[in-house]
Amino acid sequence: MYYLSEQQRVLAEGARDKACPFGEDINLDAYIHDPDHDQVPTYDELVAEERETLVKAGFDVGDHDRAASFLQVNHAIGHCCRKVEGVEVMPMRQALELYDSLPEYWWQAVDVDADKYTAKVALDFDNGYFIRALAGTKTTLPVQTCLFMSSEKVLQNVHNIIVVEEGAELEIISGCATSHQMKQGLHLGVSELYIKKNARLSFTMIHHWGEEVVTRPRTVVQVDEGGTYISNYISMKKVRSLQMYPTAYLRGRGGTVRFNSVVAAPAGSHLDMGSRVYLSHPECRAEVISRAVSFGGDIVARGHLVGEDPAVKAHLECHGLMLSRRGLIHAIPELEGRAAGVEMSHEAAVGKIAREEVEYLMARGLSEEEATSTIVRGFLNVAIEGLPASLQKDLDELMARSNEGGM
Amino acid sequence: MLTVEDLWVDVGGKQVLKGVNFEIPDGRTHILFGKNGSGKTTLLLTLIGFSAYEVVQGRILFKGIDITRMPVNERVQLGMGVSFQRPPAVRGLLTRQMADICNRSGADYKELAERLNFTDFLDRELNVGFSGGEMKRSEMLQLMLQKPDFIMLDEPESGVDIENMHLIGKVASELLERHLNRTRKRSGLIITHTGYILDYLNADLGYVMIDGAIVCSGNPYQIFSTINEKGFEECANCTI
Ligand SMILES: Nc1ncnc2c1ncn2[C@@H]1O[C@H](COP(=O)(O)OP(=O)(O)OP(=O)(O)O)[C@@H](O)[C@H]1O
Ligand SMILES: [Mg+2]
Repeated sequence: MYYLSEQQRVLAEGARDKACPFGEDINLDAYIHDPDHDQVPTYDELVAEERETLVKAGFDVGDHDRAASFLQVNHAIGHCCRKVEGVEVMPMRQALELYDSLPEYWWQAVDVDADKYTAKVALDFDNGYFIRALAGTKTTLPVQTCLFMSSEKVLQNVHNIIVVEEGAELEIISGCATSHQMKQGLHLGVSELYIKKNARLSFTMIHHWGEEVVTRPRTVVQVDEGGTYISNYISMKKVRSLQMYPTAYLRGRGGTVRFNSVVAAPAGSHLDMGSRVYLSHPECRAEVISRAVSFGGDIVARGHLVGEDPAVKAHLECHGLMLSRRGLIHAIPELEGRAAGVEMSHEAAVGKIAREEVEYLMARGLSEEEATSTIVRGFLNVAIEGLPASLQKDLDELMARSNEGGM
Repeated sequence: MLTVEDLWVDVGGKQVLKGVNFEIPDGRTHILFGKNGSGKTTLLLTLIGFSAYEVVQGRILFKGIDITRMPVNERVQLGMGVSFQRPPAVRGLLTRQMADICNRSGADYKELAERLNFTDFLDRELNVGFSGGEMKRSEMLQLMLQKPDFIMLDEPESGVDIENMHLIGKVASELLERHLNRTRKRSGLIITHTGYILDYLNADLGYVMIDGAIVCSGNPYQIFSTINEKGFEECANCTI
């Protein structure tokens, strides 16, 4: 219990069985957490298929055009390197040693006892990354991180902290993926993000999980005065169960946050996801935009904006596209105005592809399949401009498979 | 080029076309007049094969092939092309990407876009928030790149200002190869209310559609002035 205060430990113990109100309740005992006996491949031992999966999760294996790289496999650090000044990237355990347990940041944004998953990460902490952009640092190259799982039925407990100090600007591309060999696994990830005064973080997260994987990310972002947080979330591949509700607190004047997410759910996927923003100071802005496509899987697309100061503006947009007769898209946008004068709006729509649009594209020579995937790609592009090429391929595969399925 | 025989079409459960017959030979441009709601757009969208338009009787022959039940894109591969009266907006698809789809030969279309005053619109989402005139120029650009043998224009001038009208007229004339005489191959079917486009085309034949049927045909310029002077009712008792 080196990393927890006595009080935190008691809280975590008390929350061991505390279910989350959203998503399927996961039996943690069905997964294996045995860091001492788990055979983890080193970075150099990753086989070609695994490296390819890393690429699909946005990870440049040669560290090209990256300010720094971090890779964790199961509980072990596979690779960590840094190429530019002004940005620290290191394993979380190392950061805790180096900085006296990081009292300003460690479990300061996420509650230890939020639910059984945060409690589990607190009590059985493996590792994670600590990334800090020092005050005023502006890096042009992104930092890349990847959390990789490679053993069957493995439970991965990750705790990450990102700090962007005053006036700094940082871009992070973060992938989560699994080895092609493993089917089942559980990833629990606590992430605490601190965006200081006038700082800016752009955080792109790509999930590329195995088909039977279960994942429960737990993210809280604190944005100070004039700070900006931009999150892009992409998941194009089947994952058995994902539930997350990243939450941002805008804690000073002019704080801005944008959550963009783009997800596709093949049959057998269950996604329960949303973003929540508390706007509690003048001139705070929030935009939550999601695009969800069901190929037969279930998607609950949530969003929750809380306006606590009269001079805030926020917009929420959930659009869903049903491409299969089966599957579900349930859009649940929530607006909560707690001060006169707030300007908050939402827009939700769930539908199918307009026949007229498909035929319009066919009238320019595309086949029906080509026209349909062009429209779906456009639909997703509205939330995240320019899907990475490797993910474009995933989407095309989904489209091709659903066309064969004769929907 | 195109033969339409006894064509009956239902849309949304409503009988709209009621026995349409006509023929357009190679190299000819024909004009279709008719009141609002008479069935002109229905005819064009049936010819291109949109699925909401159900052919209940009759057939369509294009270049000697029966295309009555053919998918839209196969008709296009055979050489058909349409400029739509009201094209749908496609969110997330840039107009440039649509232009690339039309541009099978991979030609450089920078100059063409410039000529159509359209360069600034290429990076906008297709038809999203386009004004009436912008939409028409976008449609013309797409057709210029597509280079169909049979060109259908559904009110290419509606909502277009005078300067842009001149542009669209010239582009339409080029598309339809009106400058060629004996070697002209392309044919067209053009819907117009205002008749402005007629000034650029030297069109060959005009039709008047009333309540889903073609009631008269003749010199398009004569028909247009009759309609202007006496209205469509006169065409019902056509004397041309
Ligand atoms: N999807 C539909 N459902 C029901 N009725 C329709 C549908 N589409 C067209 N119609 C009807 O069919 C008739 C013919 O419409 P069409 O668009 O072909 O007319 P038009 O001659 O092109 O008119 P305009 O000059 O106004 O463009 C109209 O009465 C119209 O309301
Ligand atoms: Mg019409």
